[in-house]
Amino acid sequence: MEKLINEFSIGLFFWQLVLFVGLVLLLRKFAWKPILDAVEKREEGIKDALDSAEKAKLDMENLQADNEKLLKEARMEREAMLKEARDIKSKMIEDAKEEAQDQANKMIQQAQAAIEGEKKSAMAELKNHVAGLSIEIAEKVIREELSNKDKQVDLVESMLAETTLN
Amino acid sequence: MRRKISLKPITLLLFLITFASFAKEGHSDGEPKSDIKTEIKEYIQHHLKDSYDFSLYSYTNDQGEHVYIGAPLPVILWDNGLQVFWSSKFHHGETVAEVDGNYYKSYHGKIYKTDASGTITYDDHHHPTNAKPLDLSITKNVFTIILVGLLMLYMFSSMAKSYRKGALPKGMGRLLEPIVLYIRDDIAIPNIGKKHYKRYMSFLLTIFFFIWIINLLGLTPLGVNVTNNIAVTLALALLTFFITNFTANKNYWGHIFWMPGVPWPMKIVLAPIELLGIFIKPFSLLIRLYANITAGHIVLMSIIGLMFIFKNWLGSSLSFGLAFALSLLELLVAALQAYIFTMLSALYFGSAVEEHHDH
Repeated sequence: MEKLINEFSIGLFFWQLVLFVGLVLLLRKFAWKPILDAVEKREEGIKDALDSAEKAKLDMENLQADNEKLLKEARMEREAMLKEARDIKSKMIEDAKEEAQDQANKMIQQAQAAIEGEKKSAMAELKNHVAGLSIEIAEKVIREELSNKDKQVDLVESMLAETTLN
Repeated sequence: MRRKISLKPITLLLFLITFASFAKEGHSDGEPKSDIKTEIKEYIQHHLKDSYDFSLYSYTNDQGEHVYIGAPLPVILWDNGLQVFWSSKFHHGETVAEVDGNYYKSYHGKIYKTDASGTITYDDHHHPTNAKPLDLSITKNVFTIILVGLLMLYMFSSMAKSYRKGALPKGMGRLLEPIVLYIRDDIAIPNIGKKHYKRYMSFLLTIFFFIWIINLLGLTPLGVNVTNNIAVTLALALLTFFITNFTANKNYWGHIFWMPGVPWPMKIVLAPIELLGIFIKPFSLLIRLYANITAGHIVLMSIIGLMFIFKNWLGSSLSFGLAFALSLLELLVAALQAYIFTMLSALYFGSAVEEHHDH
Protein backbone atom coordinates (compact mmCIF):
# COMPACT_ATOMS: atom_id res chain seq x y z
CA MET A 1 0.00 0.00 0.00
CA GLU A 2 2.83 2.37 0.89
CA LYS A 3 4.49 1.47 -2.37
CA LEU A 4 1.29 2.26 -4.21
CA ILE A 5 1.01 5.67 -2.61
CA ASN A 6 4.67 6.27 -3.22
CA GLU A 7 4.38 5.41 -6.86
CA PHE A 8 1.23 7.42 -7.35
CA SER A 9 1.93 9.93 -10.07
CA ILE A 10 0.08 13.23 -9.77
CA GLY A 11 1.10 14.13 -13.29
CA LEU A 12 -0.35 10.96 -14.78
CA PHE A 13 -3.53 11.40 -12.75
CA PHE A 14 -3.86 14.98 -13.93
CA TRP A 15 -3.29 14.14 -17.56
CA GLN A 16 -5.58 11.12 -17.47
CA LEU A 17 -8.38 13.19 -15.99
CA VAL A 18 -7.98 16.10 -18.37
CA LEU A 19 -7.41 14.04 -21.48
CA PHE A 20 -10.22 11.63 -20.73
CA VAL A 21 -12.77 14.34 -20.02
CA GLY A 22 -11.63 16.08 -23.19
CA LEU A 23 -11.95 12.83 -25.10
CA VAL A 24 -15.46 12.22 -23.80
CA LEU A 25 -16.56 15.73 -24.79
CA LEU A 26 -14.95 15.59 -28.23
CA LEU A 27 -16.28 12.11 -28.97
CA ARG A 28 -19.72 13.12 -27.80
CA LYS A 29 -19.79 15.96 -30.26
CA PHE A 30 -18.12 14.31 -33.22
CA ALA A 31 -18.91 10.65 -32.81
CA TRP A 32 -21.37 9.36 -30.26
CA LYS A 33 -24.17 11.79 -30.93
CA PRO A 34 -24.17 11.40 -34.72
CA ILE A 35 -23.68 7.63 -34.46
CA LEU A 36 -26.43 7.04 -31.93
CA ASP A 37 -28.79 9.42 -33.72
CA ALA A 38 -28.16 7.70 -37.04
CA VAL A 39 -28.66 4.27 -35.50
CA GLU A 40 -31.84 5.38 -33.79
CA LYS A 41 -33.18 6.89 -36.98
CA ARG A 42 -32.41 3.70 -38.82
CA GLU A 43 -34.07 1.58 -36.15
CA GLU A 44 -37.16 3.74 -36.28
CA GLY A 45 -37.21 3.39 -40.05
CA ILE A 46 -36.98 -0.37 -39.72
CA LYS A 47 -39.70 -0.40 -37.12
CA ASP A 48 -41.98 1.72 -39.30
CA ALA A 49 -41.33 -0.49 -42.29
CA LEU A 50 -42.10 -3.59 -40.25
CA ASP A 51 -45.25 -2.03 -38.87
CA SER A 52 -46.51 -1.07 -42.31
CA ALA A 53 -45.64 -4.52 -43.62
CA GLU A 54 -47.63 -6.03 -40.78
CA LYS A 55 -50.51 -3.72 -41.58
CA ALA A 56 -50.35 -4.64 -45.26
CA LYS A 57 -50.38 -8.29 -44.29
CA LEU A 58 -53.42 -7.73 -42.13
CA ASP A 59 -55.18 -5.88 -44.93
CA MET A 60 -54.31 -8.68 -47.29
CA GLU A 61 -55.73 -11.19 -44.87
CA ASN A 62 -58.91 -9.19 -44.54
CA LEU A 63 -59.16 -8.96 -48.28
CA GLN A 64 -58.65 -12.66 -48.60
CA ALA A 65 -61.30 -13.34 -45.99
CA ASP A 66 -63.67 -11.06 -47.89
CA ASN A 67 -62.92 -12.87 -51.10
CA GLU A 68 -63.54 -16.16 -49.43
CA LYS A 69 -66.83 -14.92 -48.12
CA LEU A 70 -67.86 -13.60 -51.50
CA LEU A 71 -66.89 -16.84 -53.12
CA LYS A 72 -68.87 -18.79 -50.59
CA GLU A 73 -71.89 -16.60 -51.11
CA ALA A 74 -71.60 -16.95 -54.86
CA ARG A 75 -71.35 -20.68 -54.50
CA MET A 76 -74.39 -20.79 -52.30
CA GLU A 77 -76.30 -18.61 -54.71
CA ARG A 78 -75.35 -20.85 -57.61
CA GLU A 79 -76.47 -23.84 -55.63
CA ALA A 80 -79.78 -22.19 -54.87
CA MET A 81 -80.22 -21.22 -58.49
CA LEU A 82 -79.48 -24.71 -59.66
CA LYS A 83 -81.93 -26.14 -57.16
CA GLU A 84 -84.59 -23.72 -58.26
CA ALA A 85 -83.95 -24.55 -61.89
CA ARG A 86 -84.19 -28.23 -61.10
CA ASP A 87 -87.46 -27.66 -59.27
CA ILE A 88 -88.82 -25.61 -62.12
CA LYS A 89 -87.75 -28.27 -64.56
CA SER A 90 -89.44 -31.09 -62.66
CA LYS A 91 -92.49 -28.95 -62.12
CA MET A 92 -92.65 -28.16 -65.81
CA ILE A 93 -92.31 -31.82 -66.66
CA GLU A 94 -95.00 -32.62 -64.15
CA ASP A 95 -97.25 -29.96 -65.56
CA ALA A 96 -96.59 -31.03 -69.08
CA LYS A 97 -97.34 -34.61 -68.18
CA GLU A 98 -100.56 -33.63 -66.50
CA GLU A 99 -101.59 -31.51 -69.39
CA ALA A 100 -100.74 -34.23 -71.82
CA GLN A 101 -102.73 -36.67 -69.75
CA ASP A 102 -105.66 -34.29 -69.76
CA GLN A 103 -105.31 -33.74 -73.45
CA ALA A 104 -105.08 -37.45 -74.03
CA ASN A 105 -108.07 -38.11 -71.84
CA LYS A 106 -110.01 -35.47 -73.63
CA MET A 107 -108.97 -36.86 -76.97
CA ILE A 108 -109.90 -40.33 -75.89
CA GLN A 109 -113.24 -39.03 -74.73
CA GLN A 110 -113.71 -37.21 -77.99
CA ALA A 111 -112.71 -40.31 -79.88
CA GLN A 112 -115.09 -42.38 -77.82
CA ALA A 113 -117.83 -39.89 -78.43
CA ALA A 114 -117.02 -39.90 -82.15
CA ILE A 115 -116.97 -43.70 -82.15
CA GLU A 116 -120.27 -43.71 -80.35
CA GLY A 117 -121.68 -41.26 -82.88
CA GLU A 118 -120.23 -43.24 -85.77
CA LYS A 119 -121.62 -46.39 -84.25
CA LYS A 120 -125.02 -44.80 -83.89
CA SER A 121 -125.00 -43.48 -87.39
CA ALA A 122 -123.71 -46.84 -88.63
CA MET A 123 -126.52 -48.56 -86.76
CA ALA A 124 -129.04 -46.18 -88.20
CA GLU A 125 -127.61 -46.76 -91.65
CA LEU A 126 -127.68 -50.47 -91.04
CA LYS A 127 -131.25 -50.21 -89.85
CA ASN A 128 -132.09 -48.24 -92.95
CA HIS A 129 -130.22 -50.75 -95.04
CA VAL A 130 -132.00 -53.61 -93.32
CA ALA A 131 -135.30 -51.84 -93.80
CA GLY A 132 -134.46 -51.30 -97.48
CA LEU A 133 -133.36 -54.90 -97.68
CA SER A 134 -136.53 -55.98 -95.97
CA ILE A 135 -138.54 -53.91 -98.31
CA GLU A 136 -136.57 -55.35 -101.25
CA ILE A 137 -137.08 -58.83 -99.94
CA ALA A 138 -140.61 -58.11 -99.29
CA GLU A 139 -140.91 -56.77 -102.80
CA LYS A 140 -139.14 -59.86 -104.17
CA VAL A 141 -141.29 -62.09 -102.01
CA ILE A 142 -144.40 -60.37 -103.07
CA ARG A 143 -143.27 -60.67 -106.68
CA GLU A 144 -142.42 -64.34 -106.24
CA GLU A 145 -145.69 -64.96 -104.49
CA LEU A 146 -147.31 -63.59 -107.39
CA SER A 147 -145.66 -66.20 -109.61
CA ASN A 148 -145.23 -69.25 -107.41
CA LYS A 149 -147.05 -69.66 -104.24
CA ASP A 150 -144.98 -72.47 -102.84
CA LYS A 151 -141.71 -71.07 -103.67
CA GLN A 152 -142.83 -67.82 -102.24
CA VAL A 153 -143.61 -69.46 -98.94
CA ASP A 154 -140.26 -71.21 -98.88
CA LEU A 155 -138.42 -68.05 -99.58
CA VAL A 156 -140.20 -66.13 -96.93
CA GLU A 157 -139.55 -68.84 -94.46
CA SER A 158 -135.81 -69.05 -95.24
CA MET A 159 -135.46 -65.35 -95.27
CA LEU A 160 -137.21 -65.01 -92.03
CA ALA A 161 -134.99 -67.61 -90.55
CA GLU A 162 -132.02 -65.57 -91.61
CA THR A 163 -133.54 -62.38 -90.34
CA THR A 164 -134.28 -63.73 -86.92
CA LEU A 165 -130.72 -64.87 -86.71
CA ASN A 166 -129.68 -61.32 -87.32
CA MET B 1 24.32 -2.93 -12.82
CA ARG B 2 25.19 -4.22 -16.23
CA ARG B 3 22.27 -4.73 -18.41
CA LYS B 4 22.80 -7.57 -20.74
CA ILE B 5 19.45 -8.16 -22.25
CA SER B 6 16.14 -6.62 -22.80
CA LEU B 7 12.99 -8.59 -22.15
CA LYS B 8 10.80 -5.75 -23.18
CA PRO B 9 9.64 -7.02 -26.55
CA ILE B 10 6.93 -9.50 -25.90
CA THR B 11 6.60 -10.46 -29.50
CA LEU B 12 7.91 -13.75 -30.55
CA LEU B 13 10.34 -12.36 -33.07
CA LEU B 14 12.18 -9.87 -30.93
CA PHE B 15 11.94 -12.23 -28.09
CA LEU B 16 13.65 -15.03 -29.94
CA ILE B 17 16.41 -12.73 -31.09
CA THR B 18 17.16 -11.57 -27.58
CA PHE B 19 16.74 -15.08 -26.29
CA ALA B 20 19.34 -16.39 -28.67
CA SER B 21 21.83 -13.64 -27.90
CA PHE B 22 21.26 -13.98 -24.20
CA ALA B 23 21.63 -17.70 -24.14
CA LYS B 24 25.01 -17.47 -25.75
CA GLU B 25 26.25 -14.59 -23.68
CA GLY B 26 24.94 -15.92 -20.41
CA HIS B 27 26.66 -19.20 -20.96
CA SER B 28 30.03 -17.76 -21.84
CA ASP B 29 30.00 -15.42 -18.86
CA GLY B 30 29.04 -18.25 -16.54
CA GLU B 31 26.96 -15.93 -14.38
CA PRO B 32 25.04 -17.39 -11.44
CA LYS B 33 21.33 -17.95 -11.88
CA SER B 34 20.29 -15.59 -9.11
CA ASP B 35 21.60 -12.70 -11.15
CA ILE B 36 19.22 -13.51 -13.96
CA LYS B 37 16.38 -13.82 -11.49
CA THR B 38 16.99 -10.41 -9.97
CA GLU B 39 17.49 -9.00 -13.38
CA ILE B 40 14.15 -10.37 -14.50
CA LYS B 41 12.51 -9.13 -11.33
CA GLU B 42 13.92 -5.68 -11.84
CA TYR B 43 12.98 -5.80 -15.45
CA ILE B 44 9.37 -6.56 -14.59
CA GLN B 45 9.35 -3.76 -12.03
CA HIS B 46 10.75 -1.45 -14.64
CA HIS B 47 8.19 -2.52 -17.19
CA LEU B 48 5.30 -1.84 -14.84
CA LYS B 49 6.54 1.69 -14.21
CA ASP B 50 5.99 4.77 -16.22
CA SER B 51 8.98 6.25 -17.99
CA TYR B 52 10.04 9.65 -19.29
CA ASP B 53 10.92 8.45 -22.75
CA PHE B 54 9.28 6.17 -25.22
CA SER B 55 11.85 3.40 -25.39
CA LEU B 56 11.02 0.35 -27.43
CA TYR B 57 13.95 -1.71 -26.26
CA SER B 58 17.52 -1.38 -25.15
CA TYR B 59 20.66 -3.46 -25.42
CA THR B 60 24.31 -3.31 -24.53
CA ASN B 61 26.68 -2.96 -27.42
CA ASP B 62 30.15 -4.40 -27.78
CA GLN B 63 31.74 -1.47 -25.98
CA GLY B 64 29.54 -2.14 -22.96
CA GLU B 65 27.42 0.95 -23.56
CA HIS B 66 23.66 0.95 -23.22
CA VAL B 67 21.91 1.64 -26.43
CA TYR B 68 18.26 2.67 -26.20
CA ILE B 69 15.95 2.47 -29.15
CA GLY B 70 13.11 4.94 -28.77
CA ALA B 71 12.27 8.61 -28.63
CA PRO B 72 12.51 11.18 -25.82
CA LEU B 73 9.32 12.82 -24.54
CA PRO B 74 8.85 16.30 -23.11
CA VAL B 75 9.30 16.75 -19.38
CA ILE B 76 7.08 19.42 -17.88
CA LEU B 77 7.86 20.53 -14.33
CA TRP B 78 6.40 23.23 -12.14
CA ASP B 79 9.22 24.39 -9.94
CA ASN B 80 8.68 28.08 -9.23
CA GLY B 81 7.88 28.47 -12.88
CA LEU B 82 7.28 26.19 -15.78
CA GLN B 83 10.23 24.06 -16.85
CA VAL B 84 9.94 22.20 -20.11
CA PHE B 85 12.74 20.14 -21.61
CA TRP B 86 13.25 16.85 -23.45
CA SER B 87 13.72 13.75 -21.39
CA SER B 88 16.85 13.02 -23.42
CA LYS B 89 18.61 15.35 -20.96
CA PHE B 90 18.38 12.63 -18.31
CA HIS B 91 20.11 10.09 -20.50
CA HIS B 92 17.81 7.42 -19.09
CA GLY B 93 18.48 8.38 -15.52
CA GLU B 94 22.21 8.22 -15.91
CA THR B 95 22.92 11.95 -15.85
CA VAL B 96 21.63 15.06 -14.16
CA ALA B 97 19.55 17.41 -16.27
CA GLU B 98 20.40 21.06 -15.97
CA VAL B 99 17.67 23.55 -16.85
CA ASP B 100 17.99 27.28 -16.13
CA GLY B 101 20.38 26.68 -13.26
CA ASN B 102 18.21 24.00 -11.64
CA TYR B 103 19.35 20.40 -11.53
CA TYR B 104 16.98 17.47 -11.80
CA LYS B 105 17.58 13.79 -11.59
CA SER B 106 15.32 10.95 -12.52
CA TYR B 107 15.50 8.32 -9.82
CA HIS B 108 13.27 5.22 -9.71
CA GLY B 109 10.82 6.79 -12.09
CA LYS B 110 10.49 10.07 -10.24
CA ILE B 111 12.12 13.41 -10.80
CA TYR B 112 13.97 14.98 -7.86
CA LYS B 113 15.64 18.31 -7.52
CA THR B 114 19.33 17.84 -6.85
CA ASP B 115 22.58 19.72 -6.85
CA ALA B 116 24.91 19.82 -9.83
CA SER B 117 26.43 16.43 -9.04
CA GLY B 118 23.05 14.74 -8.65
CA THR B 119 23.31 13.81 -4.97
CA ILE B 120 20.28 12.16 -3.50
CA THR B 121 19.86 12.00 0.24
CA TYR B 122 17.84 9.25 1.88
CA ASP B 123 15.82 8.99 5.05
CA ASP B 124 15.76 5.96 7.38
CA HIS B 125 13.45 4.00 5.08
CA HIS B 126 15.73 4.61 2.11
CA HIS B 127 13.31 7.11 0.64
CA PRO B 128 14.84 10.12 -1.08
CA THR B 129 14.36 13.34 0.85
CA ASN B 130 15.12 15.62 -2.09
CA ALA B 131 12.48 18.13 -3.13
CA LYS B 132 10.08 16.88 -5.77
CA PRO B 133 8.84 19.47 -8.26
CA LEU B 134 5.26 19.14 -9.51
CA ASP B 135 5.69 16.77 -12.40
CA LEU B 136 3.27 17.14 -15.30
CA SER B 137 5.52 15.50 -17.86
CA ILE B 138 4.24 13.89 -20.99
CA THR B 139 5.47 10.49 -19.93
CA LYS B 140 5.21 7.30 -21.90
CA ASN B 141 1.78 6.63 -20.39
CA VAL B 142 0.50 10.14 -21.03
CA PHE B 143 1.80 9.88 -24.55
CA THR B 144 -0.05 6.59 -24.98
CA ILE B 145 -3.25 8.10 -23.60
CA ILE B 146 -2.99 10.93 -26.14
CA LEU B 147 -2.31 8.40 -28.87
CA VAL B 148 -5.33 6.30 -27.92
CA GLY B 149 -7.45 9.43 -27.71
CA LEU B 150 -6.43 10.47 -31.22
CA LEU B 151 -7.01 6.96 -32.49
CA MET B 152 -10.48 6.87 -30.99
CA LEU B 153 -11.29 10.30 -32.37
CA TYR B 154 -10.24 9.14 -35.81
CA MET B 155 -12.05 5.78 -35.59
CA PHE B 156 -15.35 7.07 -34.31
CA SER B 157 -15.56 10.33 -36.20
CA SER B 158 -14.94 8.44 -39.45
CA MET B 159 -17.60 5.97 -38.37
CA ALA B 160 -19.97 8.86 -37.66
CA LYS B 161 -19.21 10.33 -41.07
CA SER B 162 -20.08 7.10 -42.85
CA TYR B 163 -23.64 7.39 -41.54
CA ARG B 164 -24.13 10.57 -43.52
CA LYS B 165 -23.95 8.64 -46.79
CA GLY B 166 -26.43 5.97 -45.83
CA ALA B 167 -28.17 4.17 -43.03
CA LEU B 168 -25.48 1.52 -42.80
CA PRO B 169 -21.93 2.21 -41.64
CA LYS B 170 -18.98 1.62 -43.92
CA GLY B 171 -15.53 0.26 -43.22
CA MET B 172 -14.49 0.33 -39.59
CA GLY B 173 -18.01 1.28 -38.54
CA ARG B 174 -19.23 -2.17 -39.51
CA LEU B 175 -17.00 -3.69 -36.89
CA LEU B 176 -17.62 -1.04 -34.27
CA GLU B 177 -21.37 -0.65 -34.63
CA PRO B 178 -22.30 -4.00 -33.06
CA ILE B 179 -20.11 -3.15 -30.07
CA VAL B 180 -21.64 0.30 -29.73
CA LEU B 181 -25.10 -1.24 -29.96
CA TYR B 182 -24.14 -3.92 -27.46
CA ILE B 183 -23.12 -1.26 -24.95
CA ARG B 184 -26.36 0.58 -25.55
CA ASP B 185 -28.73 -2.39 -25.58
CA ASP B 186 -27.09 -4.76 -23.11
CA ILE B 187 -25.23 -2.49 -20.72
CA ALA B 188 -26.81 0.96 -20.67
CA ILE B 189 -30.52 0.32 -21.20
CA PRO B 190 -30.98 -2.69 -18.85
CA ASN B 191 -29.00 -1.03 -16.04
CA ILE B 192 -30.01 2.61 -16.35
CA GLY B 193 -33.40 2.38 -17.97
CA LYS B 194 -34.81 3.70 -21.22
CA LYS B 195 -35.64 7.08 -19.76
CA HIS B 196 -32.22 8.20 -18.58
CA TYR B 197 -29.62 6.13 -20.42
CA LYS B 198 -28.95 8.67 -23.15
CA ARG B 199 -27.03 11.18 -21.08
CA TYR B 200 -24.62 8.49 -19.85
CA MET B 201 -23.94 6.94 -23.26
CA SER B 202 -21.00 9.19 -24.13
CA PHE B 203 -19.17 8.33 -20.95
CA LEU B 204 -19.94 4.61 -21.12
CA LEU B 205 -18.91 4.26 -24.75
CA THR B 206 -15.75 6.29 -24.27
CA ILE B 207 -14.67 4.46 -21.16
CA PHE B 208 -15.32 1.05 -22.70
CA PHE B 209 -13.35 1.67 -25.85
CA PHE B 210 -10.64 3.60 -24.00
CA ILE B 211 -9.95 0.82 -21.51
CA TRP B 212 -10.22 -1.87 -24.13
CA ILE B 213 -7.90 -0.25 -26.65
CA ILE B 214 -5.39 0.78 -24.04
CA ASN B 215 -5.40 -2.72 -22.54
CA LEU B 216 -4.84 -4.23 -25.97
CA LEU B 217 -2.03 -1.77 -26.57
CA GLY B 218 -0.48 -3.02 -23.33
CA LEU B 219 -0.24 -6.47 -24.93
CA THR B 220 1.66 -5.22 -27.94
CA PRO B 221 5.46 -5.19 -28.01
CA LEU B 222 5.41 -1.42 -27.57
CA GLY B 223 5.66 -2.16 -23.88
CA VAL B 224 3.15 0.48 -22.88
CA ASN B 225 1.23 -0.24 -19.78
CA VAL B 226 -1.30 2.38 -18.83
CA THR B 227 -4.14 0.73 -16.92
CA ASN B 228 -1.78 -0.80 -14.38
CA ASN B 229 -1.14 2.67 -12.99
CA ILE B 230 -3.33 3.39 -10.04
CA ALA B 231 -3.36 7.06 -11.02
CA VAL B 232 -5.09 6.18 -14.30
CA THR B 233 -7.67 3.87 -12.79
CA LEU B 234 -8.27 6.36 -9.98
CA ALA B 235 -8.99 9.11 -12.49
CA LEU B 236 -11.46 6.88 -14.34
CA ALA B 237 -13.18 5.64 -11.17
CA LEU B 238 -13.35 9.20 -9.85
CA LEU B 239 -15.25 10.23 -12.96
CA THR B 240 -17.74 7.41 -12.39
CA PHE B 241 -18.02 8.54 -8.77
CA PHE B 242 -18.68 12.17 -9.67
CA ILE B 243 -21.12 11.39 -12.45
CA THR B 244 -23.03 9.00 -10.18
CA ASN B 245 -23.35 11.46 -7.34
CA PHE B 246 -23.92 14.60 -9.37
CA THR B 247 -26.70 13.09 -11.42
CA ALA B 248 -28.31 11.25 -8.51
CA ASN B 249 -31.95 11.95 -7.72
CA LYS B 250 -33.80 12.30 -4.43
CA ASN B 251 -34.65 8.62 -4.37
CA TYR B 252 -30.94 7.67 -4.44
CA TRP B 253 -30.03 9.89 -1.51
CA GLY B 254 -33.13 8.71 0.30
CA HIS B 255 -31.90 5.14 0.02
CA ILE B 256 -28.55 6.14 1.46
CA PHE B 257 -29.46 8.33 4.40
CA TRP B 258 -32.96 7.14 5.28
CA MET B 259 -33.52 3.66 3.88
CA PRO B 260 -37.21 3.26 3.28
CA GLY B 261 -39.04 0.17 4.44
CA VAL B 262 -36.89 -0.70 7.46
CA PRO B 263 -37.49 0.16 11.13
CA TRP B 264 -35.92 3.43 12.25
CA PRO B 265 -33.08 2.01 14.36
CA MET B 266 -31.99 0.09 11.30
CA LYS B 267 -32.11 3.29 9.28
CA ILE B 268 -29.53 4.82 11.60
CA VAL B 269 -27.32 1.75 11.32
CA LEU B 270 -27.65 1.54 7.57
CA ALA B 271 -26.91 5.19 6.82
CA PRO B 272 -23.13 5.08 7.52
CA ILE B 273 -22.82 1.74 5.72
CA GLU B 274 -24.59 3.10 2.67
CA LEU B 275 -22.53 6.28 2.84
CA LEU B 276 -19.37 4.21 2.89
CA GLY B 277 -20.76 2.27 -0.06
CA ILE B 278 -20.74 5.42 -2.18
CA PHE B 279 -16.96 5.45 -1.91
CA ILE B 280 -16.36 1.72 -1.90
CA LYS B 281 -18.16 1.16 -5.18
CA PRO B 282 -15.85 3.32 -7.33
CA PHE B 283 -12.89 2.22 -5.22
CA SER B 284 -13.58 -1.38 -6.17
CA LEU B 285 -13.60 -0.26 -9.80
CA LEU B 286 -10.17 1.28 -9.62
CA ILE B 287 -8.63 -1.58 -7.68
CA ARG B 288 -10.16 -4.23 -9.94
CA LEU B 289 -8.86 -2.75 -13.15
CA TYR B 290 -5.46 -1.91 -11.69
CA ALA B 291 -4.97 -5.31 -10.04
CA ASN B 292 -6.15 -7.37 -13.00
CA ILE B 293 -3.93 -5.68 -15.52
CA THR B 294 -0.92 -5.52 -13.20
CA ALA B 295 -1.26 -9.17 -12.24
CA GLY B 296 -1.64 -10.17 -15.86
CA HIS B 297 1.52 -8.34 -16.84
CA ILE B 298 3.54 -9.64 -13.91
CA VAL B 299 2.53 -13.25 -14.51
CA LEU B 300 3.04 -13.03 -18.24
CA MET B 301 6.45 -11.44 -17.91
CA SER B 302 7.46 -13.86 -15.19
CA ILE B 303 6.66 -16.78 -17.43
CA ILE B 304 8.58 -15.19 -20.24
CA GLY B 305 11.43 -14.70 -17.76
CA LEU B 306 11.23 -18.39 -16.89
CA MET B 307 12.34 -19.23 -20.39
CA PHE B 308 15.61 -17.47 -19.69
CA ILE B 309 16.01 -19.16 -16.37
CA PHE B 310 15.37 -22.69 -17.66
CA LYS B 311 17.67 -22.33 -20.64
CA ASN B 312 16.81 -25.81 -21.83
CA TRP B 313 14.55 -26.90 -24.62
CA LEU B 314 11.93 -28.54 -22.43
CA GLY B 315 11.46 -25.85 -19.79
CA SER B 316 11.77 -23.01 -22.20
CA SER B 317 9.35 -24.42 -24.69
CA LEU B 318 6.89 -25.20 -21.91
CA SER B 319 7.20 -21.63 -20.68
CA PHE B 320 6.74 -20.43 -24.19
CA GLY B 321 3.54 -22.43 -24.55
CA LEU B 322 2.34 -21.14 -21.23
CA ALA B 323 3.18 -17.56 -22.15
CA PHE B 324 1.33 -17.99 -25.42
CA ALA B 325 -1.76 -19.35 -23.70
CA LEU B 326 -1.59 -16.61 -21.12
CA SER B 327 -1.32 -13.97 -23.82
CA LEU B 328 -4.55 -15.26 -25.28
CA LEU B 329 -6.11 -15.10 -21.84
CA GLU B 330 -4.87 -11.55 -21.45
CA LEU B 331 -6.59 -10.65 -24.70
CA LEU B 332 -9.81 -11.81 -23.11
CA VAL B 333 -9.03 -10.00 -19.86
CA ALA B 334 -8.41 -6.78 -21.77
CA ALA B 335 -11.96 -6.84 -23.12
CA LEU B 336 -13.44 -8.29 -19.96
CA GLN B 337 -12.04 -5.55 -17.71
CA ALA B 338 -13.33 -2.89 -20.08
CA TYR B 339 -16.71 -4.60 -20.02
CA ILE B 340 -16.79 -4.89 -16.23
CA PHE B 341 -15.77 -1.28 -15.71
CA THR B 342 -18.46 -0.11 -18.11
CA MET B 343 -21.06 -2.51 -16.77
CA LEU B 344 -20.51 -1.49 -13.13
CA SER B 345 -20.42 2.20 -14.01
CA ALA B 346 -23.75 1.75 -15.75
CA LEU B 347 -25.07 -0.10 -12.70
CA TYR B 348 -24.06 2.77 -10.40
CA PHE B 349 -25.57 5.34 -12.75
CA GLY B 350 -28.70 3.21 -12.82
CA SER B 351 -28.98 3.25 -9.05
CA ALA B 352 -28.48 7.03 -9.08
CA VAL B 353 -31.43 7.70 -11.38
CA GLU B 354 -33.70 4.88 -10.28
CA GLU B 355 -37.29 6.02 -9.92
CA HIS B 356 -39.15 5.57 -6.69
CA HIS B 357 -40.84 2.21 -6.18
CA ASP B 358 -43.23 1.18 -3.47
CA HIS B 359 -41.57 -1.39 -1.28
